[in-house]
Amino acid sequence: MERLRRSMLFMPGNNPGMLQDAAVLGADSIILDLEDAVSLTEKDSARILVREAIKTIDYSQVEVVVRVNPLDTEFGPHDVEVIARVKPDTLMIPKANEEAIKLADKMLDQIEIEEGYLAGSIKLIALIETALGLENVYNVIQASKRMVGVLLGGEDLTSDLGIERTKEGEEIFYARNKVATACRALKVDSIDTPFTDTDDFEGLAMDTAKAKSLGLTGKSAINPRQIEIIHSVLAPTEAELKHALRILEAMEEAEKEGKGVFSLDGKMIDAPVINRARTTAELGQRLGLIER
Amino acid sequence: MKSIKTILDRELPDYIDGYGEVKPFQGAFSDGGIKTRKAVKLTSVTPYDRKVLANLEQVYDKLNMKDGMTISFHHHLRNGDHVLNMVVEGLAKRGIKDLTIAASSIFPVHAPLVEHMKSGVVTGIVANYMSGPVPEAISRGELKKPAIMQTHGGRPRAIESGDLHIDVAFIAAPTADTYGNINGVYGKSACGTLGYAISDAEYADKTIAITDNLVPYPACPIEISQVFVDYVVQVESIGDPKGIVSGTTKITKDPVALIIAKMAAEVIKASGLVKNGMSFQTGAGGTSLAVAAGLKDIMKREGVVGSFAAGGITGYLVEMLEEGLFKTLFDVQCFDFKAIESYRNNARHQFMSASMYGNPHTKGAVVNNLDIMILGATEIDTEFNVNVTTSSNGVIMGGSGGHSDTAAGSKLAIVVTNLMKARLPMIKDKVTTITTPGENIDVVVTERGIAVNPRRMDLIEKLSRTNLPLVTIGELKTMAEKITGVPKAVRNSEKIVAVVEYRDGSVIDVVRGSRDTSSAMRSSCQTRALILDA
Repeated sequence: MERLRRSMLFMPGNNPGMLQDAAVLGADSIILDLEDAVSLTEKDSARILVREAIKTIDYSQVEVVVRVNPLDTEFGPHDVEVIARVKPDTLMIPKANEEAIKLADKMLDQIEIEEGYLAGSIKLIALIETALGLENVYNVIQASKRMVGVLLGGEDLTSDLGIERTKEGEEIFYARNKVATACRALKVDSIDTPFTDTDDFEGLAMDTAKAKSLGLTGKSAINPRQIEIIHSVLAPTEAELKHALRILEAMEEAEKEGKGVFSLDGKMIDAPVINRARTTAELGQRLGLIER
Repeated sequence: MKSIKTILDRELPDYIDGYGEVKPFQGAFSDGGIKTRKAVKLTSVTPYDRKVLANLEQVYDKLNMKDGMTISFHHHLRNGDHVLNMVVEGLAKRGIKDLTIAASSIFPVHAPLVEHMKSGVVTGIVANYMSGPVPEAISRGELKKPAIMQTHGGRPRAIESGDLHIDVAFIAAPTADTYGNINGVYGKSACGTLGYAISDAEYADKTIAITDNLVPYPACPIEISQVFVDYVVQVESIGDPKGIVSGTTKITKDPVALIIAKMAAEVIKASGLVKNGMSFQTGAGGTSLAVAAGLKDIMKREGVVGSFAAGGITGYLVEMLEEGLFKTLFDVQCFDFKAIESYRNNARHQFMSASMYGNPHTKGAVVNNLDIMILGATEIDTEFNVNVTTSSNGVIMGGSGGHSDTAAGSKLAIVVTNLMKARLPMIKDKVTTITTPGENIDVVVTERGIAVNPRRMDLIEKLSRTNLPLVTIGELKTMAEKITGVPKAVRNSEKIVAVVEYRDGSVIDVVRGSRDTSSAMRSSCQTRALILDA
């Protein structure tokens, strides 16, 4: 079954206590960060710490994503070289563009051969946080078969655009649309930028709902206390689930009767509506909200 | 001297110098049946007598204080208490030696006791809980007799039965009147209920009210009555309000503690005990409060109204009372201003004495009516025995308080703890000191898994129908040791520095002296995880 990536929790790669407990905090994915959370003087020690953590700690309950440094810095390639050898699930490439994704892909090809790992088993997620990366996001996703998702980095993107980042987030409306659409087209996950006020849970819920309404499939978190709210917003509501199940039941009925198109409550039900109902019901099942 | 064993296989001497004959622990409910309360000798007061004395010196003169006496104190002023230090200092100046201090709890503020232990002024200590320099000094062997660690219910049992004879009870009184009526709800040192002082007042040979708020007769409400009080004395200050209560008690923000609390709330739900008329108790710690918050959500969602919440009361429980989630609070001690205010104003916020709370030898303690209890732990062993008395290095840093009492009384006793603390695994083959027997612990909830006591097959069955991560206690231990490694055993000296009494007065364990705290700390753990091996 495909991974759920509703929530991806950033954890600083230089904090042993947090690395130890990262797996039990309830997030679908944890992002062990070697980039922004780690100061220049600690880049090497954090890299070693994260490597040892992956070797030592049982992370089987979560997806382990390591955010390496940008590949055009002196740290980035070294991070890939060291971390890929202990086989994280996924690497996250910051300041992503086609070139960086292709470089990471090539390095991973080589490491997988050397270490005897299944080819293509280490996945990639692109962190889109520049205007260039955003405009080119479709090609970035296509740059490697390893790509499983895109994370939109709202802070860096607005900085690159020279515009103000606000709590309401109207300024990233286009970026959210663009990322969501490209990801949907290429069938990878689209993860929204984190909500940075860790004490404003109402704001977090609104921000998550906004991302969900634009088609993003997950949201990143910078504090463990954000996870539960993200999951509750992204889960289908009871009404959505009931409606989806009714559509699927009606479809089964129609199939028995040999009807292609049918109607429910006076509305015509066709393929897109059925597909949507199927997606909702599947998600509901995976989250344990409805029985299989 | 022979060696005897408790039912939990702890080896004890049959006689301990400075303590006496040892009655080994034989099971949580092995000592029931007919019990007697002791008779109290008192000096009757005539209409011509006056109780107010000018100062403590006059009190000591009147009482004819002498060597070898046992004097008692309550701990409602917690780390703000001035009274214990004041009295012991005064008696030391008079050259009195060989005192036993029977305090319901000892806090860091009582550090001056350490010097009095060294000089022989204080040679015995009896307490339900100790933290700070005093227990550290006891662990180093600086108290002449072994300290006696009791429980909140065991202490009134010992006092009422005569096992613990108190010569003089010095009662810190936030408010007292001229005839000895006492309450804790008014005055600059208000602390709320005085539940831990009741047996002292009623059973001591002499009872003294020490107050910084002397009011005209009568002081209302009356928590400790004039019929028990011999003298009243006014002092400038009985305590520092900042140390007495915390302003607010807050739910933890620690993400791991929140995960543990959430799982504990789900365990409670799965147990089937969340229903109208339910009862609940939890400590004031951040994680315990988070469990209360989780339970509150469940109760609200399911429209459940509980019968009572009990124990030390926090503002959080007061909110639950006011929102109608519980009909009553049973309060032995107020933890914050909100609790004090509620106790003063709300008739459904009910006082209870320590004896009513947890004394096993009464006609029924409140703990017996308790459905759900949330407990902490310093260590747990694979038999579910819990240590909250000593650190993993064997140094005294706590005590039962109400731990053993509530574990014994409640239908569902849940221990919530991190699986590892400061690189030490919390699940061991044998706990350093047994405080509460495993027979009374039903569930252990950690962030990495939940273990149910095999005695509770009914619970195992219920929980296995949920998505909760159910494992065995042995598996929990393995999980922890995989990360921390296996700690080396701490070698303590042979000298018994404290006797751990179960609530029925039997001895459940002893604490032996620590050799050298700092080296024990260094050698106690071989950590192999996350070592920078660059």
